[in-house]
Amino acid sequence: MQANQTKIIIVENLVKKFGSFIANDNLTFDVAKGEIFGFLGANGAGKTTAMKILCGLSHPSSGRVTVAGYDIYSQTEKIKRSIGYMSQKFSLYEDLTVYENFRFYGGIYGLSRSMILDQTQRLLSRLGMSDYKDRVIKTLPLGWKQKLAFSVAIIHKPAIVFLDEPTGGVDPVTRRQFWDLIYENAHEGLTVFITTHYMDEAEYCNRLSIMVDGRIKALDTPSALKERFSCNSMQEVFIRLARN
Amino acid sequence: MKAFIKKEIYHIFRDYRSMLILFGMPVVQVLIFGFAITNEIKDAKVTILDQSGDVLSNRFVSKLTASGYFKADRALDHPSQIEPAFREGRVKQVIVIPSGFGADLGLHKQVTIQILGDASDPNTANMLKNYTMAVLNAFQMQEMGMQALPVDVRVEPIMYYNPELKGVYMFVPGTMAIILMLVSAMMTSISIAREKELGTMEVLLVSPLRPWQIIVGKVIPYVALSFVNALLILSLGWFVFGVPIIGHKGFLMLEVLLFIIMSLSLGIFISTVSPTQQVAMLLSMFALMLPTILLSGFIFPIENMPVFLQWISNLMPSKWFIIIVRDVMLKGSGIAYLWKETLIIFGMTIFFIGLSIANFKLRLE
Repeated sequence: MQANQTKIIIVENLVKKFGSFIANDNLTFDVAKGEIFGFLGANGAGKTTAMKILCGLSHPSSGRVTVAGYDIYSQTEKIKRSIGYMSQKFSLYEDLTVYENFRFYGGIYGLSRSMILDQTQRLLSRLGMSDYKDRVIKTLPLGWKQKLAFSVAIIHKPAIVFLDEPTGGVDPVTRRQFWDLIYENAHEGLTVFITTHYMDEAEYCNRLSIMVDGRIKALDTPSALKERFSCNSMQEVFIRLARN
Repeated sequence: MKAFIKKEIYHIFRDYRSMLILFGMPVVQVLIFGFAITNEIKDAKVTILDQSGDVLSNRFVSKLTASGYFKADRALDHPSQIEPAFREGRVKQVIVIPSGFGADLGLHKQVTIQILGDASDPNTANMLKNYTMAVLNAFQMQEMGMQALPVDVRVEPIMYYNPELKGVYMFVPGTMAIILMLVSAMMTSISIAREKELGTMEVLLVSPLRPWQIIVGKVIPYVALSFVNALLILSLGWFVFGVPIIGHKGFLMLEVLLFIIMSLSLGIFISTVSPTQQVAMLLSMFALMLPTILLSGFIFPIENMPVFLQWISNLMPSKWFIIIVRDVMLKGSGIAYLWKETLIIFGMTIFFIGLSIANFKLRLE
């Protein structure tokens, strides 16, 4: 990454303790604007905790964190307005139609009616789903729901979108299509912060951090990581790091 | 917030099952309680073992059946037939008239009549006994006139507030408590738990909405629905069963609103401790519905409970609500008499809201 690129997430010496348990031990990293940043780690490594802090759901015990230029301690509200979030459950309302979901999420971000309409049209036509505007979500296949959930998460044009294991339970072809969607948006300047358990997906990221026991064990581009640990795939890199 | 309320209303109206529960249940319950579950007795089957068979005993029997409470089954001839009659379930009560009934009465001698009841259903047996005694007293009065006793003490009971002793007067407040509790507490707790289950809660929390906005947005539609339900029950009571509302209607509505808010805060609390819809449903069922039905004094009088259960019944919000509604509707009481009960419900509301907030914060940390 070029050094002169704008850093949109800056984390310095982030520590989060729950009693005597240290979930995040001195994390330091940054994410550049328009970057696809992979946040990897085994279950319980502290990914979720760190992500919650970045989303403003939880405060760190110590350390300095800025997201989209706002301070995590004092400007949580502003941060929340500039980020989008997609959970692993896709979090759409199953009994509402596609448009109603867009309208609801647009509404809670305070978008005007005309803006919601514009955005819905733009996002749906990009997915090639304009004809399905009035379909109830539960009648749609999983892969569609996934793309819709992503679109809903960026309806308010956030600077950063956090994707929490967004490809769980989806077949490889659909996953591939989903990554195309991510690339398209990143290309337009959206920063993507993603956690995943699929190592083939990790290869798609611009940069990766791998967490083990609350610490960042490695942080670099996928090719640099493979080179450093002299492995052929990210899978091997991950297993080697997680075992130690 | 507006978007939120709209969405919530869509949820409610798209789900036909919950719609049915919401609006079907109050109607069905009121009708069932009003028509079917009644403590009044009509046409209970009795049989008479008349060992006397004279004019007076016949007159007594016809007076008994003319009262409307009893319907005479085929008469018995011998005491040995009494038990089989009970066993077959043919009759609820047997009245044994001794031989020489009319003759002895004519001589102003003391006469004993035996009343045998089927006490496998104690309440009914007891009530039938009382009715029989009442008929017997009237009969005695009529036949013997004033000469029966030198000093005549007559009892003239007047039942205040519900002169006809209609059961439905009690069921309207009770049903209202149950329905409001169910709609408010159960529906909100389930719908909040559903957001957790679907993962939409996470998304909402990450959004700029504040937690209190999320909760209020979820709850407002249910306040409206519960209120509509309360009106529905009251008007059913009024139009179908003629249950009066003597007290101030505005005051009654305020009390209803307070109880709804109490139930909602209870529902919110339940949702903070239950991870899934199933848990929320079970908790509401067992922690709310059953105690509400059993311990609120709705069906079983609190005075008859063991002291321990009486204590527990004090913890039931519905107990206090039923007292309030009943007193306002039937006695016309106002805040001057009911401030204590109102305060208790208000206190419970604050308590549950506080508990939910504490719980919610704990989870986020």
